[in-house]
Amino acid sequence: MSLLRLEPRGQASKTMVYATPLLAVALTLLSGFILFLAMGFDPLKALHAFFIAPITTQRGIGELIVKATPLVLCAVGLAIGFRANVWNIGAEGQLTMGAITGGGLALAFYGDGGWWLLPLMVIGGAIGGAAWAAVPAWLRLRFNASEILTSLMLNYVALLLLNYLVHGPFRDPDGFAFPESRLFESDAVMPILWAGTRVHLGGLFALLAVAGGWLLIARTFVGFQIKVIGLTPAAAGYAGFDQKRIVWLALLLSGALAGIAGMGEVAGPIGQITPSISPGYGYTAIIVAFLGRLHPVGILLAALLMALSFIGGEAAQIAMGLPKAITGVFQGMLLFFLLASDVLIRYRIRFGARRVVA
Amino acid sequence: MSDFAVVGSILAAMFAAATPLLFAALGELVVEKSGVLNLGVEGMMLVGAVCGFAVTVQTGSATAGFVVAALAGAATGSLFAVLTLFLLANQVATGLALTLFGVGLSALIGQGFVGIPLEGLPKLNIPGLSDLPVVGQALFGQDVMVYLAIAAVPLVHLFLYRSRAGLVLRAVGENHTAAHALGYKVLRIRFLAVMFGGAMAGLGGAFLSMDYTPMWAENMTSGRGWIALALVVFATWKPVRVMLGAWLFGGVTILQLHVQGMGIDVPSQLLSMLPYLATVLVLVMISRDVARIRLNAPACLGKLFHPDA
Repeated sequence: MSLLRLEPRGQASKTMVYATPLLAVALTLLSGFILFLAMGFDPLKALHAFFIAPITTQRGIGELIVKATPLVLCAVGLAIGFRANVWNIGAEGQLTMGAITGGGLALAFYGDGGWWLLPLMVIGGAIGGAAWAAVPAWLRLRFNASEILTSLMLNYVALLLLNYLVHGPFRDPDGFAFPESRLFESDAVMPILWAGTRVHLGGLFALLAVAGGWLLIARTFVGFQIKVIGLTPAAAGYAGFDQKRIVWLALLLSGALAGIAGMGEVAGPIGQITPSISPGYGYTAIIVAFLGRLHPVGILLAALLMALSFIGGEAAQIAMGLPKAITGVFQGMLLFFLLASDVLIRYRIRFGARRVVA
Repeated sequence: MSDFAVVGSILAAMFAAATPLLFAALGELVVEKSGVLNLGVEGMMLVGAVCGFAVTVQTGSATAGFVVAALAGAATGSLFAVLTLFLLANQVATGLALTLFGVGLSALIGQGFVGIPLEGLPKLNIPGLSDLPVVGQALFGQDVMVYLAIAAVPLVHLFLYRSRAGLVLRAVGENHTAAHALGYKVLRIRFLAVMFGGAMAGLGGAFLSMDYTPMWAENMTSGRGWIALALVVFATWKPVRVMLGAWLFGGVTILQLHVQGMGIDVPSQLLSMLPYLATVLVLVMISRDVARIRLNAPACLGKLFHPDA
């Protein structure tokens, strides 16, 4: 028989639940080392430029938080869905719609804003994202259509809509036909929380989402229903849990959070509506959700790590001329290694042939 | 141009636009028939697209390009297979990971190849036949990959429904426990199916980068891998219907180009939404018939299998 085999554990290993993300990070760094070596870069210098140099300054740590903000907001919502087997992979589109609706309000009230404008934009962004997520929810419940495919298709539609708007109705009238909106007025811009950086109010929203997500999952009956539906749908059926309600809840909530994230980008670090709002936050948030073990606190840590991969990619490109695409490779590898090492949670590796029990 | 000539060129463009979808969806169909749901089609297509393009630029041989594209697609697919079959990872999550990884990897490989033009494949103009009005160019003036994709349809059908190996593959997809009990190597069969799916996705991607729009650009598949996944559902897991679906989508893709040509004033971005909206629409139309989906979907689709358990 084979030398290496998997033996089921009696019960899931608690240690491994926390150890495998660390193992995955270590394996990713090791692969990065080999990858850099193969590409002809000094691997230690490259890894330093990628993962350490960017966060040695106050500004760098600020940027880390700025990039982690939309990741946390999107991933907390996604994780709640994933727990209930609701596979929303449309966070990118929901984020974009939030930016369109929230940012659109800033443009609509350009010149006559007030203190009320920013709260209105937050609500508008949440509604925009939630409405976009409501489509796959409705299509799944009413027509049995896979929310994976419908939510993903809507990502492309939202991006094209954004592209159309900045080339048309949203375009800055004084902008020499550049596909960009006006710069938002001060009433429509997220206040900075940490002077000297770009950390904005959205960071606080992200922390609130972590706390709220934890409360929902760990301390409410709805959270319990989500857990049961995810683990054994049949049991949830016998218990009489309303699965439709959970699908609606998971998608509307994650859509609203992603919408707030998108609104926070255009009203925060970007300050206007442009054709490229997100470097793929909605997709990276999927990795963040898994790496964080679908737990809000884990997501917070995972989001910081993935934010580092974004700013590290930019920094390494500037410092050493490393291609920026490495960010995507690192992110994909990390998720691969995580999924691979997760086998250790429920199985242990045994060497040698199976002992036959009489 | 006369009306006939317009119809002819639309038909010809439709078959070409359908080709990448047809390759990718046929591959995924075989994968799903074996009981595996690989959502990484988009990633495998991109890796195939960039590898095929790079090899063709380096060697000047399109044949070498397509062979390497198929191998690269199969290799990327085998990553998915190792994770889901031997390490029992969740298929949905792993498929997503494969797509994210493929997007990044292809961008990394392709960074030196942006902006280089390729010639594309020569059209096989069959003397006499390709000059026929209306259908001449559409049916007899395409390049070899378009015909290969169409030829793959009956081949896949014959394999699945008329060969012993195809029967075993379907058995594995319908009931892996029973197939295992009969002594079939469930994991090995699924591994081969996933590799085949990867190779076909790689060919579809390479058709895009080497022929349809002969150049490399990041993320150039723009969702075609996902549309291919939807096509498999739309076709209720039947090869011939996959082909009809691919033509339908080829038609929608071409339609948006021609609407602008006809002078109808609709912003191009809104027209570009059509293939994605059409995907949602056909998915809804087919999925609403729950009984039909349940009847046709492989019963073990997406379920993990561990021989010891």
